[in-house]
Amino acid sequence: MEYAKELMIILFSAILVNNFVLAKFLGICPFLGVSKKLDSAVGMSLAVTFVMLMATAVTYPIQVYLLDKNNLGYMQTVVFILVIAALVQLVEMVLRKFIPALHKSLGIYLPLITTNCAVLGVTVLNIREGYTFAESMINSLGGGLGFMLAMVLFAGVRSRIENSKISKSFQGLPITLIAASIVSMSFMGFGGLIEGLFK
Amino acid sequence: MSKFSQKMKILLNGIIKENPVLVLVLGTCPTLATSTSMKNGLAMGIAATFVLLGSNIVISLLKKVIPSKVRIPCYIVVIAGFVSVIEMLMKAFASDLYNTLGIFIPLIVVNCIILGRAEMFASKNSVLDSALDGIGMGLGFTCALGVMGFIRELFGAGTILGFNVLPEGIPPISIMKMAPGGFLVFGLLIALVNKLTKSKAIKKKEFGCANCPSKGACASAGKGV
Repeated sequence: MEYAKELMIILFSAILVNNFVLAKFLGICPFLGVSKKLDSAVGMSLAVTFVMLMATAVTYPIQVYLLDKNNLGYMQTVVFILVIAALVQLVEMVLRKFIPALHKSLGIYLPLITTNCAVLGVTVLNIREGYTFAESMINSLGGGLGFMLAMVLFAGVRSRIENSKISKSFQGLPITLIAASIVSMSFMGFGGLIEGLFK
Repeated sequence: MSKFSQKMKILLNGIIKENPVLVLVLGTCPTLATSTSMKNGLAMGIAATFVLLGSNIVISLLKKVIPSKVRIPCYIVVIAGFVSVIEMLMKAFASDLYNTLGIFIPLIVVNCIILGRAEMFASKNSVLDSALDGIGMGLGFTCALGVMGFIRELFGAGTILGFNVLPEGIPPISIMKMAPGGFLVFGLLIALVNKLTKSKAIKKKEFGCANCPSKGACASAGKGV
């Protein structure tokens, strides 16, 4: 019970309090680039969640059983990015061959994810925080869901921006960033939530 | 002399005309995350400049050896090698900075400025030009981070590079140092650049696949994302 509570704390703090996009600034490019339409925002964040979980499942054993055992910790960055790049390619091929329907909806986002810092970020963070395997998986799941929450909320905000009149210098990216600032401010309100709910 | 001015043009291109952060809008994650103070921003900029210079030189040297089909993984390995070098150097000689910048040091690997310059410049130009481009782009990144850090530190903590400048009685706006302040200052800075360039660059700032430096690597770019 105590352990389940611990996992819930990790999950909720990854989704709400330490939201990957709005509090940790990971994965800003897809957040700003693909949040114009709701369906592409959902597709992108599903793909990110999926790859985050896969990447954690693969990189965690590599770190523990290969790098740490042989004292090769300094190879972490090189190994992780290569594993993620290879994994994304592999997942894309498998999906295309066996589940074409899913490939159709997620496939176009997959190649973009290799250079998404949220994916490399979550794998490195799991190791740095000293999480166990289960905790790492929960943290990755929370990171992905938090990314999805931010993307979906922001897609709604952006559709309102599209319809409003904005002065010329602020059109495009500047007003999007300022809107992101306000959304991020609203997420700060979750600050004491975890302590209140679980402690 | 004209040759010299041509080289200067490559160097200055990255600092002003094609500033990677404020004009090309690349590398947004480290820009937002590490500009909480001027010192952090400058340190991040210098680390990225080092990686950019090294990877540009090596990739330019290897441009005839690397087969074009697997070029992106090759570039990533070169970049990751230099990132590991700077990570170890910072751990040994600047452990304070290493701890504050934290996860964003290994994340230099996926900074799109570096992969973008490898793909767009170093793989096509001579070693000297690539090195100059690396320095120019790196300095442009460092300047942008320095300016962001300056503004956020001044308003957020009332200090510049750690020295107190605000008079007593004016409380600092601490939200500027937190996440919302990062988005806000970045948005306002880009708006200012738009105003100064009379919105000439505004077309480039529509975010999307079209400007992504890895679009060459990504076969499906532009298919409706």
